[in-house]
Amino acid sequence: MKYAYYPGCSAESSASAYDATSQMVAAALGLELEEIKDWNCCGATEYFSIDSLPAYALVARNLALAGRQGTSEVIAPCSACYVNLKKVDERMGDYPQLNSDVNEALAAGNLSYTPGSVRARHLLDVICNEVGCDAVSEKVVRPLAGLTLVPYYGCYIGRPEGGFDDVENPQTLDRLLKGLGATVPDYSLKSSCCGGHMTQIGTEVALGILRGLIDLAAKLGADAMVVACPMCQLNLDVYQNQLNSHFGTTYRMPIVYFTQMMALALGMEAAELKFEEGLVPAGPMLEKWQAAEASPQPRKKKSKKALPMPEPLDGGDSG
Amino acid sequence: MKIGVYTCHCGGNIAGTVDCEAVTEWAGRLDGVEVSREYKFMCSSLGQELIEEDIKEYGLDRVVVASCSPHMHEPTFRNACQRAGLNPYFLEMANIREHASWVHKDRSEATEKAMALTAASVARVRYNEPLFARLSPVNQNTLVVGGGVAGIQAALEIANAGYHVYLVEREPSIGGHMAQLDKTFPTLDCSACILTPRMFEVGNHENITMLTYSEVEEVSGYIGNFEARIRVRARCINQELCTGCGVCEEKCPAKVVDTIFEAGLGRRKAVYRPFPQAVPKFPVIDQDNCIWFQKGKCRACEKFCPTDAIDFEQDDRILEIEVGNIIVATGYDAFDARRISQYGYARYPNVFTALEFERMTNAAGPTEGNVVLRDGETQPDSIAIIHCVGSRDVRYREHCSRVCCMYSLKFAHMVHEKLPNATVYNFYIDIRTPGKDYEEFYHRLLEEGTVFIRGRAASITDATLTPEEEGKLIVTAEDTLVGRQRRIPVDMAILSTGLEPRHDSHEVARIFSISCSREGFFKERHPKLDPIATMTDGVFIAGCAQGPRDIPDTVVQGAAAAARVLSIIGKGEVEIEAAKAEVNDLTCVGCQMCIESCPYSAIEHLEERQKARVIEALCKGCGTCVAACLSKSITLYHFTDQQLVAQMRGAMDALFELVPA
Amino acid sequence: MTLNPNSVYGRIISELHGGEKLRSCLQCGMCGGSCPSGPDMDHTPRKLFAMIAAGQDDEVLRSNTFWYCVSCYLCTVRCPQEIPITDIMYHLKHQAIQAGLYTTDAVDFSETFIGHVENYGRAFEFGLATQFYLAHHPLGGLKMGPMALAMLSRGRLNLRPTRIKAVRQLRNILNKAKEIGARG
Ligand SMILES: Cc1cc2nc3c(=O)[nH]c(=O)nc-3n(C[C@H](O)[C@H](O)[C@H](O)COP(=O)(O)OP(=O)(O)OC[C@H]3O[C@@H](n4cnc5c(N)ncnc54)[C@H](O)[C@@H]3O)c2cc1C
Ligand code: SF4
Ligand code: SF4
Repeated sequence: MKYAYYPGCSAESSASAYDATSQMVAAALGLELEEIKDWNCCGATEYFSIDSLPAYALVARNLALAGRQGTSEVIAPCSACYVNLKKVDERMGDYPQLNSDVNEALAAGNLSYTPGSVRARHLLDVICNEVGCDAVSEKVVRPLAGLTLVPYYGCYIGRPEGGFDDVENPQTLDRLLKGLGATVPDYSLKSSCCGGHMTQIGTEVALGILRGLIDLAAKLGADAMVVACPMCQLNLDVYQNQLNSHFGTTYRMPIVYFTQMMALALGMEAAELKFEEGLVPAGPMLEKWQAAEASPQPRKKKSKKALPMPEPLDGGDSG
Repeated sequence: MKIGVYTCHCGGNIAGTVDCEAVTEWAGRLDGVEVSREYKFMCSSLGQELIEEDIKEYGLDRVVVASCSPHMHEPTFRNACQRAGLNPYFLEMANIREHASWVHKDRSEATEKAMALTAASVARVRYNEPLFARLSPVNQNTLVVGGGVAGIQAALEIANAGYHVYLVEREPSIGGHMAQLDKTFPTLDCSACILTPRMFEVGNHENITMLTYSEVEEVSGYIGNFEARIRVRARCINQELCTGCGVCEEKCPAKVVDTIFEAGLGRRKAVYRPFPQAVPKFPVIDQDNCIWFQKGKCRACEKFCPTDAIDFEQDDRILEIEVGNIIVATGYDAFDARRISQYGYARYPNVFTALEFERMTNAAGPTEGNVVLRDGETQPDSIAIIHCVGSRDVRYREHCSRVCCMYSLKFAHMVHEKLPNATVYNFYIDIRTPGKDYEEFYHRLLEEGTVFIRGRAASITDATLTPEEEGKLIVTAEDTLVGRQRRIPVDMAILSTGLEPRHDSHEVARIFSISCSREGFFKERHPKLDPIATMTDGVFIAGCAQGPRDIPDTVVQGAAAAARVLSIIGKGEVEIEAAKAEVNDLTCVGCQMCIESCPYSAIEHLEERQKARVIEALCKGCGTCVAACLSKSITLYHFTDQQLVAQMRGAMDALFELVPA
Repeated sequence: MTLNPNSVYGRIISELHGGEKLRSCLQCGMCGGSCPSGPDMDHTPRKLFAMIAAGQDDEVLRSNTFWYCVSCYLCTVRCPQEIPITDIMYHLKHQAIQAGLYTTDAVDFSETFIGHVENYGRAFEFGLATQFYLAHHPLGGLKMGPMALAMLSRGRLNLRPTRIKAVRQLRNILNKAKEIGARG
């Protein structure tokens, strides 16, 4: 299937590794991506705070352009872009007045958009639910055996209006990484916030949040944290040094994109996957992987007195 | 034709939105109307006397009351007509409250609609024919469905009055949720100690036929004359021979987690009695987990049973019974805590549900009453109790479950008693203690040192931030009385899960021809004045099947349902609605379409004459057959084509006159 | 109850899609307990809603609560009354700016960001960092120095903004939207 592709502003600078590996992985899985021509910024979380109608119009321009290219689904790798595209489309459908206001604004640029005509999809959603985790795992040539990877989804995978996974305990990335052969612990902060723009406004708050996230991953023995959003990557990676000096900690936790890890498992060369763009070096993780041999996990013995554990509800309460 | 029209103000309920004076005046000009009056409360005795006097004075032969839904007051006004010597079916009601004043805001539009509805009834009533209600004898047996404390109470009341009861319970033993509880608030008496004598009485009562491990599959008939088909599932135990010694249970090698009685906290065997005081005392073989049934080997129980009571060949039995009344008391399900993932149930071992904790504190439960963590050994030093799990949340259950505050207080007390050094936190939104001695119980807990934090718990997590939090579960919440976030590290968390309708409440409702309210609990006839009856005569509801409530209220409702049944039995006969269908022999072609369409199986086919015939005693007057009949041969009395067409005409004519085109 | 349509409460209810749901707040504290920025807000979201209901408009608009909101939507998905809390936070920022009542430089951060978007059609991380920090945190900016250098050396910061082709079209759309927004 052909998809419109919305790279998002960070693709050109801070997250070019994500953009590059997203395209490589998509090609390997047979997903046809066509970049929206002359797309503009989605406004991140800033525009809605200052003025809401222009914020809607800003996003709607991209949807209108995607529609004009003849696609009915647009893939965004960045979670914030994904949420903005989805929110604007859905709200325009829910509120007729908003729809006509936004279209009146678009008309000033000779554009129009019909709500519901272009569906926003997160790259992770398309890979796990269209291609399928099983299909991906069949394509794995170099399993990520020996690596413990902590999946970190951030806020926007299931929020605000229930995306493609459970709001509180999403599973898609867990399943994907397991399918790549990695050991994936249950990371209870998986959908917590990374602090967003607080790193730039109230650094103190944000550093505390980031420390908690990295600390739990480290306790679980993670070789790296795997993310699906440039904002998460930026906060966790770029501010890691600062938080170490602030709290006197010594974390060296590589923060990598899920597309980088997929590309690795699908057999692409590590040297081409821009791991060096991370401020925290991913080298030790890669070396460990190359040296590792799959070793079975030791099983914990349960005491005789232990009470039965309830069965989990499969798939969470996402629908 | 002399018609009297009576427009009711219903205090301000109607008059607040509808101009009753205008309706009255307008109705007075309608064809055939002799008198038209308005009154503040037509249903009051003065209002009724007004009608009666007019009937006598003006010689009225038809009456229209424009007021509320016929649901509540049709019998009232029919009786008034009858007292004045008029056939009660000469009354029509126009519903200008639910259909006009309550659903419209605009006064003139509401008034126009009220006029049209009244005109429709006036046009119809002239075609009403005199009908006579029939009396039918009442079968003195009663069916009680559900053997929780509600069903037990109802069954005992009726049986003790000398009438026979069939008590049908789905599980292997009666007792319901109350049998699982340890202590009961606010007096803290032991649940088993007060319930088992009642269970025993039921099991041995000469007037009670107890059918456990059974379910009602089909019900037909009507008040006083129901027939029910009951499936008695195979226990694989010969009850004539079994002494209840329990050897089979001891020897059975198949162990499974008991998600019903032990709420998942303990295990049972494939052949089992849910608990030692179970009534009846006979075990059942759970075929889904029995090694013999699944793999074709084992039969250990059979080998060891001293009386040869194991019978693998037993089949389900189908029992057909006749009863006059039915009480449905099927209780509630506990909310599934896994649905709220941020509380980590089934993720973190030391998060427990309320029912698990009941079993844990119970001396007969899996931990012999010791409060311990999931490892079965370690005693917790700190415990958080989270209120309103699944309740008071529009995304799950909007209702307040009524008992959780109280049982949460009870849990706190149990912990103080068993682990005097442990700290107990209660996270609540509001503490609700509406009951005798309930607020006093709360005060007692305050004195005992329970920590109360006002704030709905936001999450339970294992992600720690400080060394003190290490290895603990952290409950996060806003302490709303302080206005700040707090993180409380604890060893154990208990989720006070709410009460919700049984997962199959809609299917069960269909079997008994009753309905469910929005939440899924069974719908009562009237929320205030008749919370025991349903819209189906002769079918009553009791206990948590109608809505969440505690044991005292459940017992009261069980007894009340029994009283209603006894009053019907005492009367000996019931009036059967006169609105019945009748087949016109001359035009019926014997196609039998109506027979298929009738939901009450009230139509029979006369083979020799190739005609359909309505069995009057079974017909409920629903009218489905009228619509199904291709040759238009069926008439439903009180809803004849002539009457309905006149009613529609009346409404349309009025609208043409009232609303300018 | 009729609300003063110009009060903070009245404006949330009349101007924001779904804003009327704020009336059904139970004051349960789920939002306040869930918010990742909660420890640093001067009032939790719940408390702020109580203040809004009590008509303490001035104090509400001076609060840092909504400026510290990171738009994570956790409160929104957890609120038992389905109140669109995050959207209310956006609306409060909007009201505070209009009233000129804010004590934070988050506004300037947002405005700098938006300025770039309106001029280039794309966000400009390097420009944002330099302009914002030079204006507000010259010292903080110094601390950021090594970080920015590290990013530059890894090709993760562009020194020049990217500009879309149809900047004029975009500006027309945004100006029109502002015009429609202003007519209310
Ligand atoms: C954790 C907890 C603690 C509590 N503690 C207290 C307390 O201390 N004090 C207090 O007053 N209240 C307490 N309660 C409330 C108490 O449990 C209820 O008030 C009471 O059990 C309601 O009884 P019931 O008969 O209506 O329903 P149930 O106890 O649910 O009984 C219903 C019965 O019907 C059977 N059944 C269901 N469907 C069918 C069917 N289709 N066919 C046949 N049979 C069927 C069930 O198997 C069950 O036996 C507590 C509740 C909970 C959850
Ligand atoms: S979570 Fe919702 S209902 Fe509860 S205090 Fe916050 S806004 Fe009010
Ligand atoms: S959306 Fe804003 S107010 Fe709500 S929890 Fe997240 S940061 Fe707090």
